[in-house]
Amino acid sequence: MSSQPLLSLENLSTHYVSQQGARVVRAVDDVTLSLHAGGTLGIVGESGSGKSTLALSILRLLPPAARIVGGRMIFEGENLLDKSDTEMRRVRGKRIAMILQDPMASLNPLFSIGNQVGEPIRVHEGASRASAWERAVALLKSVRIASPETRVSQFPHEMSGGMRQRIVGAIGISCEPRLLIADEPTTSLDLTIQAQYLNLLRDLQREHGLALIFITHNLGIVAKMCDQLAVMYAGQVVEQGPVSRIFSAPAHPYTRALLGSIPRMTDNRQHLTAIEGQPPDLSSLPPGCAFAPRCPMAIARCRVEAPPEVAIDEGRTARCWLAVPGVEATAATMRSNVA
Amino acid sequence: MKNYILRRVGYSLLSLFLLSLTIFLFVRVTGDPTSLLLEPGASPEDIENLRRQFGLDQPLWVQYWRFIESFVTGDLGLSFYYRTPVLDLYFERLPNSLLLAAVAMALSLLIGIPSGVLAAVRVGGFWDNAGKIFTLLGLSLPSFFIGLVLILFFTVYLGWLPSSGSGTAWHLIMPAVTLGWYFAAAHMRLTRSSMLEVLGSEYVKLARLKGLPEALVIGKHAFKNALIPVITLAGINLVVMINVAVVVETVFAWPGIGRLLYEGISFRDFPVVQAVVVIGGCMIILVNLLVDILYALIDPRIRLES
Repeated sequence: MSSQPLLSLENLSTHYVSQQGARVVRAVDDVTLSLHAGGTLGIVGESGSGKSTLALSILRLLPPAARIVGGRMIFEGENLLDKSDTEMRRVRGKRIAMILQDPMASLNPLFSIGNQVGEPIRVHEGASRASAWERAVALLKSVRIASPETRVSQFPHEMSGGMRQRIVGAIGISCEPRLLIADEPTTSLDLTIQAQYLNLLRDLQREHGLALIFITHNLGIVAKMCDQLAVMYAGQVVEQGPVSRIFSAPAHPYTRALLGSIPRMTDNRQHLTAIEGQPPDLSSLPPGCAFAPRCPMAIARCRVEAPPEVAIDEGRTARCWLAVPGVEATAATMRSNVA
Repeated sequence: MKNYILRRVGYSLLSLFLLSLTIFLFVRVTGDPTSLLLEPGASPEDIENLRRQFGLDQPLWVQYWRFIESFVTGDLGLSFYYRTPVLDLYFERLPNSLLLAAVAMALSLLIGIPSGVLAAVRVGGFWDNAGKIFTLLGLSLPSFFIGLVLILFFTVYLGWLPSSGSGTAWHLIMPAVTLGWYFAAAHMRLTRSSMLEVLGSEYVKLARLKGLPEALVIGKHAFKNALIPVITLAGINLVVMINVAVVVETVFAWPGIGRLLYEGISFRDFPVVQAVVVIGGCMIILVNLLVDILYALIDPRIRLES
C-alpha cells in the first residue's frame, strides 16, 4: 500500500455561497482522504454531512451555488482542479464514473436501454452505433441481465427496479473506469435485491480492478463492502482508517455513537442508543468542535477550539481532542472530578 | 376507465348545454335584429312579418328548442343577413381561419420553444430576464393594441405591409404575428418551466456524469422530455387559436370565422353568432376531452383518483 494512491484529496473544501454571499455553508471542509487502486472506501455520515457534495466535488459537477474553495484532488497523478471543463468532461464516465442515489429515476424514459448504456462508449471512444450496441449487450450480460439481446432494445419502463439498478451499474462500468463512486445506490431497493446488487458490484470490482467509493449511511454495507472507512460530520472527516479497526475500537465519540445505533439481532436486552440533538446548521457552526454540543464526552476545550486531525495509529486519523496524546488523561480526571 | 370516460363525456355535454343557453340568451339581449334589417320607418306589419319569418315571434323556449334541434340535425338554419345557410358561410370562412392559426402557431413555436430553452439553460441570466419581460408583455398586452402598433409601423410609417384583407402571403404576416404573440409567450413560459424541471432530473444528472457534451445533455436528454407538455399545450392552443381570433381578424379584416362572428354580432345575426360560438365550444371541449382521456390512458394515477 506504499505505492502512489489512485485518488488523494488534500485539504479539499467545498462551500455553498448564497446569492448575496451572506451565508456560507461549509459542506465539505478541509477533507483529506486517499484511496488506492482497487480499494474500497466507505464514506458514512448523517444526511447533510457533506457526503454527496464530496462525491460531486470529485467529479466537479456541483450545483451552481457550490464552489471548491481550496485543496487539491490528485487522480492518477493529475490535479483534477487544474483541468479545463472539456478535459474534466473526458474524465467523467471514462476514468471516474458515478452511480446516483435514485437509480430508478436515473434512466431517461425516452431512449432505449442500448442507447443509454452505449452512449459513454460512443462519446468517449468514438465507437460506431453498431459496435456501441454490441458492447451494451455484453455489458448487460456482465451485470447479469437475462436475455440481454432483447432487453437492450427495450425501454426503462419495461424493467423492474432491480434491473434498472443493474443497468445503471452497467453504464457506470461501460468505459472501464478506474474509480466508481456509488452514492447510496441501494436505498431504494428491497433487501434481497440489495444484497444481490452489492455482490454484483464486488464481483465487478474484482474483475475490472476498479476502486470503489461507497457513500452510505448504512454501516452494515460498509462492513460488507469496504476496507477503508471515513466518517463525516458537518462537512469534515472526523475519523478514518481501516474498517476493521474502526469497528473494533472507534476513536471518535461520533463514530462510537453511530456504531451504537445499529440494532443487533443477537442481543435483545441492549438498548439502541440514539444520538442526542440535531445535526448542526452548517452555515452557523459553533466555535470549536462541531460535534461538541451533542458529544457525551465533550470537555471545555472542545467548545472553544476545533480539534486537529491527529494520527492515532498506522493509517488512522481522528479529529478529536480526546485522541490527542495527553488530553485524554486530563479529560478523564475532569470527568472523575465532575462525578 | 369506462366510468371515467362516461363521466368526462357527461361533463362535456353539460358544458355545451350551458354554453348554448348562455349564447342563446345573450344574443337576444342585444336587441331586435329586424330593426337593423329593415329601413327606418318600416310599417309594423313588415316588422311583424320578418319576425314571424325568423321565428322570433315564438316563445323563448320554442326558439331554444329549434336552435338545439337544428344543431343536432346538422342544419344550422339560414343567416338573417345573408339569407344563405349558416353552415355554408362557416365553411367558406374556415380555411382562412385554419391558415391564420397554422401560421400563427408555427410562429409561436419557432419563437417560444428556442427562447424557453435558452431561458432555462441560462436561468437567472440576461436571456432569462429578457424572456421574463417578453412573457409579461406577451401575456398582458391585448392583441388589438399589438395589431394597431404593427399597422402604425409597417403600413403607415414604412408602407411595407397591407393593413387589411387577404390573398397574398404579405396579408398574412401581421395578423399571424398579432395572434401568435400571446401564444409565443405562453409556449415560452411552459418550455422554460418544463425544461427547468427536466434539467433537475436524475437522468440529466446521469447524462452529465457520463461525460456527455453539454449540447448532447440539453439537446437530447433534456429537450425531448421537456417537449412533451409543450406539444400537448400547442395542440390545444391550435384549436383555441381558430376560435379566439375575433379581435385579430376584425383589426386586419381577415375573412375568417372570427370576423364572421364579429359581423354576426354587428347585424344581430342570431343563427350565425350561435353557430360560430357553439361550434367553437364543441371544438375546444372536444380537444380537452381527448387530452383528458389520453392522459388517463397513459397515467394510471389519474384513473385511480377519480
